[in-house]
Amino acid sequence: MAETIQLEVTRYSPEHDAAPTFQRFEVPYRKDWVVLDALNYIKDKLDGSLSYRWSCRMGICGSCGMMVNGEPKLTCATFLSSYAPDAVRVEPLRYFPVVRDLVVEMTDFMVKLQKVKPWIIRKEEKSIADGEYLQTPQQLDVYKQFSMCINCMLCYAACPVYGLDPLFTGPAAIALAQRYNIDSRDQGAKERMDILSQHEGIWACTFVGECTEVCPKHVDPAGAIQQYKLTAAKEWFKSLLMPWGAK
Amino acid sequence: MSDRFETHQHDVLIVGGGGAGLRAAIAVCEANPKLSVAVISKVYPMRSHTVSAEGGAAGVIKPGDSLDEHAYDTISGGDWLCDQDAVEAFVKEAPEELLRLEHWGCPWSREPDGHIAVRAFGGMKKMRTWFAADKTGFHMLHTLFQTSLKYDTVIRYDEWFVTKLLVDDGRVQGAVAIELMSGKIQAITANAIILCTGGCGRVFPFTTNANIKNGDGMALAYRAGAPLKDMEFVQYHPTGLPFTGILITEAARSEGGYMLNKDGYRYLQDYNLGKPQPKPVLRSMELGPRDRLSQAFVMEMEKGRTIKGPYGDVVHLDLRHLGEKLISTKLPFVRELCLKYQNIDPIKELIPVRPVVHYMMGGVHTDINGATPLPGLYAAGEVACVSINGANRLGSNSLPELLVFGARVGRAAAEFASKHTTPSAAILAQAMDESRRLRKQLLEKTGGGERIATIRDEMQKAIENGAGIYRTGTSLVETVTKLRELQQRYRNTVLDDRGLTFNTELIAAMELGFMLDAAEAIVQCALHRTESRGAHQRTDFPKRDDEKFLAHSLVYRNADGSSRVEYLPVKITRWPPGERVYGEPSQTKDAQAGR
Repeated sequence: MAETIQLEVTRYSPEHDAAPTFQRFEVPYRKDWVVLDALNYIKDKLDGSLSYRWSCRMGICGSCGMMVNGEPKLTCATFLSSYAPDAVRVEPLRYFPVVRDLVVEMTDFMVKLQKVKPWIIRKEEKSIADGEYLQTPQQLDVYKQFSMCINCMLCYAACPVYGLDPLFTGPAAIALAQRYNIDSRDQGAKERMDILSQHEGIWACTFVGECTEVCPKHVDPAGAIQQYKLTAAKEWFKSLLMPWGAK
Repeated sequence: MSDRFETHQHDVLIVGGGGAGLRAAIAVCEANPKLSVAVISKVYPMRSHTVSAEGGAAGVIKPGDSLDEHAYDTISGGDWLCDQDAVEAFVKEAPEELLRLEHWGCPWSREPDGHIAVRAFGGMKKMRTWFAADKTGFHMLHTLFQTSLKYDTVIRYDEWFVTKLLVDDGRVQGAVAIELMSGKIQAITANAIILCTGGCGRVFPFTTNANIKNGDGMALAYRAGAPLKDMEFVQYHPTGLPFTGILITEAARSEGGYMLNKDGYRYLQDYNLGKPQPKPVLRSMELGPRDRLSQAFVMEMEKGRTIKGPYGDVVHLDLRHLGEKLISTKLPFVRELCLKYQNIDPIKELIPVRPVVHYMMGGVHTDINGATPLPGLYAAGEVACVSINGANRLGSNSLPELLVFGARVGRAAAEFASKHTTPSAAILAQAMDESRRLRKQLLEKTGGGERIATIRDEMQKAIENGAGIYRTGTSLVETVTKLRELQQRYRNTVLDDRGLTFNTELIAAMELGFMLDAAEAIVQCALHRTESRGAHQRTDFPKRDDEKFLAHSLVYRNADGSSRVEYLPVKITRWPPGERVYGEPSQTKDAQAGR
């Protein structure tokens, strides 16, 4: 008899259930299997109605974020062997409304992302014929880590502030705003500042730092938020001292 | 499904939100800001498979390189099956498009002085591959997606699945789609539809392709009456991790990695790919084209010189001599993937690799502007076959392809859409029929009892057996028969899930239907092409036959569901068919310059 492992998976259908429940499945245990492989086994062989998102299976598309034993994880990069022989509990990402089983509603993030204007803003566009904007490797390094965000939502599921206040712009969107602010080609920091310095922007963050802890791509959203707070405070202070001179 | 039947109307509808789809959307906005453009995608756009591309994007930008050399590398790499007018347009526009992406914020890797850096790539005679470390596709996709957010006229249908194209009066006028969140079936009408749904690697059992790559757009076009082109040309990438199929980028070899057999010998020297040198040599050895490297693996395996592993035979990719600094700066994702998924550190250990299905050279037949023969229907990116890739795509040509032809198709569709209006009444009747079909055939069906996964596994096994790296008439005929059986059994598929909300099993069932059609097209084209060229190697017809097959396969679907294959001559402009030479400087300057 081959070895097996138990999975406890959240089940919820808005059409039939008043509240989420857990369902236990027994799946083969293989040491090179990730949690996502176990979910796929369930869907293929045991119960085709289990719903969850996944795509690339290599930690880059950002689809398969779930709570694994209470922690936000990419299930394609979380091995069963980290939990065996104990059961593994798989739940939808925390703090998001649940659509069905392990699928959460992420429209809120999509709206917030667009709001922080995550694109290059310039007063004047250079023409393509004039070639590239020069950017040294050092200038690239300034913003590079913030550009690594895969929008997997693990940081939102880890953020206690987002849990209490859904209006909070949240770690990933702020990190991506900052990614453009500090890109040497961008001139839009002021525009983004006006959006982000509102209450639900950066001030809400109490610097818990959980977002940075859980990021599977080593982005440091907590650092972005701190950088932002500092810049915003300086701008505010300048505007008090020199109301005629502040940009 | 809900009883309400809603319709939406747009000027241009783009199916697929990956690199090609987003580039097309922006091109439509820029061509005519008054047009309403919609992007419908079964996943959020930033989840699209462009995200997984690693190594880079080719575009001539450095002194000492030329458009003609990029064209020659592409055409010889494609074993002369590329349309040369398309290749000429492609190499000319690639650098402009890559620069545009730079202006939009793509974090390209740089030279110390701030200029764009380039790296070597397989089959390319000059260094011309732009890169963003080894996450080029990821950065391109997120740059495109984030830039697309500034265009208010782009309406997105995220997590909607297209089931059918609506054709009336000889022209495509809309599509039927399911909104995953609600399960509602709706019609979206449009004057022009652009397919940007990517390839169909999931037809095969072992692939680098994401779960979403099911040939949706290919099957949609095929069923609507548009032909698919050159479907027999399936690219096996020589370096995939066993079991997961995770890609180890070609950049690992262009930075100097070695391919070793079980004796630690650089075996590519035995396959007419040049002599081993300590440093990488362009168009030689490990920097040969993907088809030749994958074929060399099979021959090496037959000689018993590969390494037995739990998931089949492997060879080794050796990066150890490159050192920690180079690996960490230029190949950080390779290291991350090896550590995480293979429990191997490439700085100290050999990476086990084997050929893995990676890319479809074939796709929906289009002209140089992405137009299909079916008026109103367009395609760009991997779903399409223009063709710039011929019988074998060169690494780092697919990312610029989706930019160049995404932009071209956006402009062409915008122009077409400006001239046509008002969908016909018959379209809505067709949409209602489709809605009823989905309910009857899938959601409300009882009895039968085939599981999706069973049919899918059998399909994958059959196509690998019949249409793998080497093919024969006998094995292809067996696969044709098996696929016919599976098409029958597919009709008896029964779902566990009868819910409306986010029914991923319903989507998987339709994806399986699409894959069965794509598989049929691949096998039929492979069976009819009785020659060997590029990625299509027939052991019963081992020679290239320019007399008969300097032509594209076009496969059409007949009314009864069967298929027929026709041929269309390749467009030759300046580079007459020649011998593919790697590892030696014997290509004459004249051949390269196209004289």
